[in-house]
Amino acid sequence: MNPGFYVTPEQLVRDRAEFARKGIARGRSIVAMEYRKGILMLAENPGGALHKISEVYDRIAFAGVGRYNEFETLRKAGIRQADVMGYLYSRDDVTALGLATAFSQTLGVIFSHETKPFEVELLICELGRDGHPNHMLQISYDGTLVDERGVLAIGGKADLLGGALRERFTEDLELDAAIRLGMEVFAETENRPLDGWEAAVLEEGSARRCFRRLADAELESLSAQLSP
Amino acid sequence: MTSPADWGLPLGAPAPGASFSDLLESLGLSPRWEVPDSPVRDLRAPEATTVLASRYRDGVVIGGDRQATEGHLIAHRRMRKVYPSDRMSAVAVAGTAGLALEMVRLFCVELEHYEKIEGAMLSLEGKANFLSRLVRSQLPLAFQGLAVVPLFAGYDPGSEQGRVYTFDVVGGRYEEHDYGAAGSGAVQARAFLRTAWEPGMSEADAVEKVVAALVAAADVDVATGGPDLRRGILPNLAVIDAEGVREVSEEDLEEVARSSLGGIR
Repeated sequence: MNPGFYVTPEQLVRDRAEFARKGIARGRSIVAMEYRKGILMLAENPGGALHKISEVYDRIAFAGVGRYNEFETLRKAGIRQADVMGYLYSRDDVTALGLATAFSQTLGVIFSHETKPFEVELLICELGRDGHPNHMLQISYDGTLVDERGVLAIGGKADLLGGALRERFTEDLELDAAIRLGMEVFAETENRPLDGWEAAVLEEGSARRCFRRLADAELESLSAQLSP
Repeated sequence: MTSPADWGLPLGAPAPGASFSDLLESLGLSPRWEVPDSPVRDLRAPEATTVLASRYRDGVVIGGDRQATEGHLIAHRRMRKVYPSDRMSAVAVAGTAGLALEMVRLFCVELEHYEKIEGAMLSLEGKANFLSRLVRSQLPLAFQGLAVVPLFAGYDPGSEQGRVYTFDVVGGRYEEHDYGAAGSGAVQARAFLRTAWEPGMSEADAVEKVVAALVAAADVDVATGGPDLRRGILPNLAVIDAEGVREVSEEDLEEVARSSLGGIR
């Protein structure tokens, strides 16, 4: 019998992590930041037909970077989980932390047990109720969960984007200013012409569902105002 | 049953489609009522009474009284029978109250679930067809005398008009050209609207006529609760037009109800 090659666990995890990071780096990044009335999520998305940002529950939104089919599978699973929980118990019992933990567990198991890890990074945002703080949670390909305040970036250029954004971010920005800031940081970091934006907000309003997509026209006019 | 929190994400998509009720079914969580073989005679469950909807120039008005009755008794005076089911539609229910409320809850989650999974709203016709499926699934209970009959109204962006759908107890779905009603006072409400309804009415006219029809129904049908100004109980009304669903405010309703009650002799 031919003995298999021994691979140390460290080597295995390193290889898998490198593989996942490479896959994620090929895609475009997403930033999220708090503004006066809620949370803004902004992504560069040339096509526009395939969404990276979407609604999960009344006050919870999801964004994913990396392989589309993989984060789309996770997005749908998240919506299923949230809707079932909310239906069985109460709408208030669906929380970002609960969902993020489920995503984290799932990604963790896939990372160590499946043939190949998912090449995705996820962002879960939750608008705080009645003055409670907002949540911005990042879930990595291996299930690592990070909770952030103010700003958060995911994707291949997350460190650069997040760093640049954090330097210039101030609290209580108006929505337009927040979008412009996000676009500027993207432009500086990417150092290439940017085309097409996707943005959505979680914003307190009269409706139960706080998620709202921003119209393309609105984003284009803001993007046109940027200094070239 | 394990707690849903322990399941992990339903990644394997037990129900691959966008249907929430199919998902519940696959998880073994569908609402279920065991039905005995012989009809139950002495089961008393509160009944929701009169609901109605009327088209007007820019959309549709849907409304209902607030009373639930149990035999000859009033079970609830402030029951809500009209619910916005999403941004562009609303559903109202008559019949066995407990079953009806469960149906509405499932229906609302279903519409939202579909919209989130697919990234687009169901068509108005699609929503009505789904509701008819929910009614049909209740048929065994209807044979026990526990029937639920909803009424569905919404704005159809395609044809740019409001639409009204009525249902029968076996799940039959009928689109109404002008107005529709369900519940114990439906006959009186329809009789009132038969003479009062006009094509191309304004929103204010439609609201006034729907309230007047409820008053007329309550005047004859003991199970229907008319506006009770002393207790501050007013019907629930929702207006749906191109802008979406909006509930008629209590202040507006009180004024309309007062003048409608004034017309009763």
